[in-house]
Amino acid sequence: MSIDIKKIREEFPVLDQAINNKPFVYLDNAATTQKPKAVIKRLVDYYEKENSNIHRGEHFLSRKATEAYENSRNYVQSFINADNSHEVIFTSGTTESINLVASSFCKKFLNQGDEVLISAMEHHSNIVPWQIACDENKAHLKIIPINQKGELKLDEFHKMLNDKIKIIAINHISNSLGTINPVKEIIEAAHKKNIPVLLDGAQAMSHIKVDVKELDCDFYCFSGHKVYGPMGVGVLYGKEKWLNKMPPYQSGGEMISEVTFKKTTFNNLPFKFEAGTPNVADVLALKESLIFMSSLNYNDIQKHENDLKEYLTNNLKQLDKIKFIGTSSKKTSVVSFIFEDIHPSDTGIILDNMGIAVRTGHHCTQPIMDFYKIPGTVRASMAIYNTKEDIDRLIEGLKFVRKMFS
Amino acid sequence: MKNIKDVESEIISEFEAFDDWTDKYNYIIKDLGSSIPEIETEYKQPKYLIKGCQAQVWLHASYKDGKVFFTADSDAQITKGIISLLLRVLSERTPDEILNADLKFIDDIGLKEHLSPTRANGLTNMIKQIKLYAMAFKTKEKKA
Ligand SMILES: Cc1ncc(COP(=O)(O)O)c(C=O)c1O
Repeated sequence: MSIDIKKIREEFPVLDQAINNKPFVYLDNAATTQKPKAVIKRLVDYYEKENSNIHRGEHFLSRKATEAYENSRNYVQSFINADNSHEVIFTSGTTESINLVASSFCKKFLNQGDEVLISAMEHHSNIVPWQIACDENKAHLKIIPINQKGELKLDEFHKMLNDKIKIIAINHISNSLGTINPVKEIIEAAHKKNIPVLLDGAQAMSHIKVDVKELDCDFYCFSGHKVYGPMGVGVLYGKEKWLNKMPPYQSGGEMISEVTFKKTTFNNLPFKFEAGTPNVADVLALKESLIFMSSLNYNDIQKHENDLKEYLTNNLKQLDKIKFIGTSSKKTSVVSFIFEDIHPSDTGIILDNMGIAVRTGHHCTQPIMDFYKIPGTVRASMAIYNTKEDIDRLIEGLKFVRKMFS
Repeated sequence: MKNIKDVESEIISEFEAFDDWTDKYNYIIKDLGSSIPEIETEYKQPKYLIKGCQAQVWLHASYKDGKVFFTADSDAQITKGIISLLLRVLSERTPDEILNADLKFIDDIGLKEHLSPTRANGLTNMIKQIKLYAMAFKTKEKKA
C-alpha cells in the first residue's frame, strides 16, 4: 500500500499558508518537523481539561494526568522496543539527554587518562558535553575521522578501539550530511571490549525504525520535535544496568525517596533522573506523534523520502557549479550542497524571499565544514509531507539564485 | 556633508522606487556590494573578523579629525551590500553621531529580518562592533 501524501498534508495546518504570495515550501525538516493536528490537539486538550501536577496529588485530575504521563512512557518503550518502561527517561530533548549521560555517566566512570570516542560528524550537542566531561575528569576526547563522502572511516575506528575508552557517542544519522552510520557494527565491536555506546538519534526517529534491543545500544537519545512531536520534550533510553549505577543528574522534587537534612535517598528509575515537575503536556503529545508514525509504514516512508531525495539530486546535477556535501550511498532524505561560487547565506536569503525554507550555514556541525573547507551548506531535508512540487519550487528558486548572482 | 538623517531619507527614497523584492536585492547585490569602502588586504585577517556571522565579515576602523572611518568586506554578496548601506550612514561620522544612530531606516526599507537577533545572523554583531569602535575612540579622545 502506498501513502496518500495529499491526505497527510491535510494533517499539517502550518503547511497551508502563503509566504510572499507563494505557497510555503518547507524543506527544513532536519531542523524541526511540523506537527500534525492530533499533536496540537493533545496539547490543547491537556491544558483545557487535564492540567494537574503528577505523581503528587491524590485528586482526580492528578491521578488522570499521572496515568496519561506513564502511559506515554509505556508507548515510547514499546515504540523503541525497550525492555522496561523505567529505561525511558523524559528530558527536554536530545541535547539534555546527551548532557545527562555525559555528566552523570562520566562522573562515575571517567577517570584521568581515560578516553571518550566521538566522530568527526557530530552535532555540537554531541561534542561539547563530552569536551566538558573530559576536561573535568582529565580525560581525552578522541575523534573517529570521516572520508570525503561523509562516511565514518571504520578501519580507523577499529584501530582506535582500546581499553582506555569508557564510552562511545555517535550519531545514528548525521544532520548535515544525512549519512546513516553503521552503528550496529560499531556497537558490536565496542561491546567486545565492554565499552557502552550512546547513539544520538535526533535525525533517525522520523526516517527509520529504531529498535534499541536490536541495535543493542546502551543509550539512545532523541527529540520529540524532530519526529512530528512538540518542542521541549525528548527521550533518553538507557539500559537499566547503566542507569542504576549512574548518579542523579539534577536534584529536587520527584527524584527522591526520602529527605532529611542529614541525608537524602534517591528514588528508583526512571524518577531518579526526572527531577522537578516534568513537561507533562509535551510528553502526552509526544505519544500522539509516535501514534502518527505508527499509522505509517517505514517502507512507505523510506520509499517516498528516497524518491524525493533522488529527484532533487538529479535535478541539482543539471545546475551549474553545484557541489554535493555528503555523498554516501546510505543516506536519509537530507541533501546538502553549495553553489561553488555563491555563498550559502546568499542562496538562503533569496530562497527565503521566494517562500522556500531551507537551512543554510554550518548546521551546528562546524568541524564538518572545516573538514570540507566550506563556510556552510544549503541543506534541503525532506519529510513525509513533502512533494515533487516542493522540489520543483526549490529548483526553480535555485535557478533564480543563479541568475541573480551571475 | 549630509547628516545621518538625510542620508537615511535618501536611502529610503531609493528603496521606495523598487517594485518588488527582486529589484531590491538586485540593487543590494549589484550596486551596493560594489560601492562598499573596501577593507585593505592587510586587515583582511581573523583579528578583524566579526564573530557570529554566517558569512565572514571583516571590519576595520580608523579615527581622523574627530571622525571614524570604516572599511569592510564580506564573502557573501547580500551581506556585503547591506554593510555598504550601513557604512554609507555610519562612516565618516563623529563617535557621538554613531552612538546615537537608531538605524530605524533598515526597518523602513524592509531589511529588518537581516538584523534580527537570530543566532545565524551577524549584522547585529557588526552594528555592535561599529558602536564599540565609536565608544572606544570617544573614550580615548577624552583621556587625551
Ligand atoms: C544529530 C543531532 N543531534 C542533536 C541535535 C540537538 O537536538 P535538540 O536541539 O532537539 O536538543 C540535533 C538537532 O539539530 C541533531 O540534528
